[in-house]
Amino acid sequence: MQNNGSFIELSARKRALNLLDAGTFRELLGPFEKITSPWLEKQGIVPEFDDGMVIAKGAIDGKPSVVVAIEGVFQGGSMGEVSGAKMAAALELAAEDCRQGKLTQAVVLLETGGVRLQEANLGLAAIADIHAAIADLRRYVPVVGISAGTVGCFGGMSIAAGLCSYLIATREARLGLNGPQVIEQEAGIEEYNSRNRPFIWSMTGGEVRYQTGFVDELVSDSIEQVKQAMKSCLNKGVPATFRSEQYDYYLHKLTSVDTQNQVDGESAKKLFVRGDNQ
Amino acid sequence: MSKTALSRGDYWFSLLTEKATLCPNLCASVKAADGEIEGKLARFIAVVPDANNAYPRARQGEVGLLEGWTLAKVVREVIEQDKTKHDKRVIVAIIDVASQAYGRREEAFAIHQALAGAASAYADARLAGHPVIGLIVGKAMSGAFLAHGYQANRLIAFDDAKVMIHAMGKEAAARITLRSVDALEKLAATIPPMAYDIENYNKLGLLYKLLKIGNVEQPDTNEVELVKATIGNAIKEVLNDGVYLQNRLHAQDRHASLLVRERMRAEW
Repeated sequence: MQNNGSFIELSARKRALNLLDAGTFRELLGPFEKITSPWLEKQGIVPEFDDGMVIAKGAIDGKPSVVVAIEGVFQGGSMGEVSGAKMAAALELAAEDCRQGKLTQAVVLLETGGVRLQEANLGLAAIADIHAAIADLRRYVPVVGISAGTVGCFGGMSIAAGLCSYLIATREARLGLNGPQVIEQEAGIEEYNSRNRPFIWSMTGGEVRYQTGFVDELVSDSIEQVKQAMKSCLNKGVPATFRSEQYDYYLHKLTSVDTQNQVDGESAKKLFVRGDNQ
Repeated sequence: MSKTALSRGDYWFSLLTEKATLCPNLCASVKAADGEIEGKLARFIAVVPDANNAYPRARQGEVGLLEGWTLAKVVREVIEQDKTKHDKRVIVAIIDVASQAYGRREEAFAIHQALAGAASAYADARLAGHPVIGLIVGKAMSGAFLAHGYQANRLIAFDDAKVMIHAMGKEAAARITLRSVDALEKLAATIPPMAYDIENYNKLGLLYKLLKIGNVEQPDTNEVELVKATIGNAIKEVLNDGVYLQNRLHAQDRHASLLVRERMRAEW
């Protein structure tokens, strides 16, 4: 197994394989079972036999683990009924295991634009189920999110990222609620220019999300570094407080800022200082 | 709808909270009140328009930074205050949210985290044994709905042309999928999960009840009583049924969601 190669260049399946202890990878509902989207062919889109979602059980440092890896190459890592249900089901079963005394930790690889619009309301419903499952599971074990690149993590799945116990990102990652094109469509090019790539990374890139405390570990694009960061997060156990619980801190910050002027890439760094929310 | 109501959501909030006590010191776009419904103590919560919102992209009832974190606050306060109580307060989310806030300030200041604050608060309330009921009186769009309502144990919607549940507005959805709005509407007519109307949404099995109200913006007393009774019945069901969301998995048009779970369990 390669250890110093690029993480980003790996497929979802290879990413999952690399994160689990050698020889422990076992895929559930893999491509040979052909559980495909029931909705895409009706729209003239060729489906994938795994619906772009890899679920792998195995061990990390010998501990029972499930890795959920979204394949960013298929339909932009979008969440359809089947791919969404695969992720939700895996996290739900891990939580059931925890309740029965068999702690099963989770790592979720978030390469996703969010809802698959061809399955709109079922993608949205699946994402609500994923939120429910993460909120349940994170009470027992760490749920570690990784946004590596190149798709980024957007839409309802960025909310899922915000629910994770810990979040890891590379510089190449992007994390934001609304995709640049959608903001430009809804608010105009003055508000958000979807073609200005440096601007977009200065707002939502992995580095700024790390510096402002919305990401816990910033790593370079290396299998070994991603794996080390993942293990370090898993070893921290369940955090005393989740980022998503800290409404007092965030409301204080957001009401203290002068919002009359438009913001730029530096604004968030001025407002949120890493470690401030602890 | 009374002349002072800011929106449908605000109007139904006022109908359900006539004798309730407003929670103080919240941003103007989130209203919360403690009262009763069908003999149960309850906190009612709505997101409403605020023309003076400090964040200009969240002035028309969108769920933005302040709204997400304020929802988190009013829900987490209930969990904390009732921590040692056997009878957990009901939470009623009155849902009329046009969208999440789309803007540069929002992305820079991590709106995704604000919405995660809200979604996890509702999920934690449900897991802690608070019956959470969502009453959809207007729009329930995308990230806004994920933050305010989609974690409810039971969802009730009005059968009304202005009630809409969707992942994205039509124009943006057309652009992202490289289709015209016309082509999108034609597809939506044959693919239930893509449809924008509430009848098609109801086929997905995600609603507890679709309620017919003569005029959602001018209901008569009996209709308001019907809504309260329906919420009351939903609460009873939740108290019998437990804290998870499996009740949403039984519709034909969402069959694959159940199939995946059965097969995953078999291989787990």
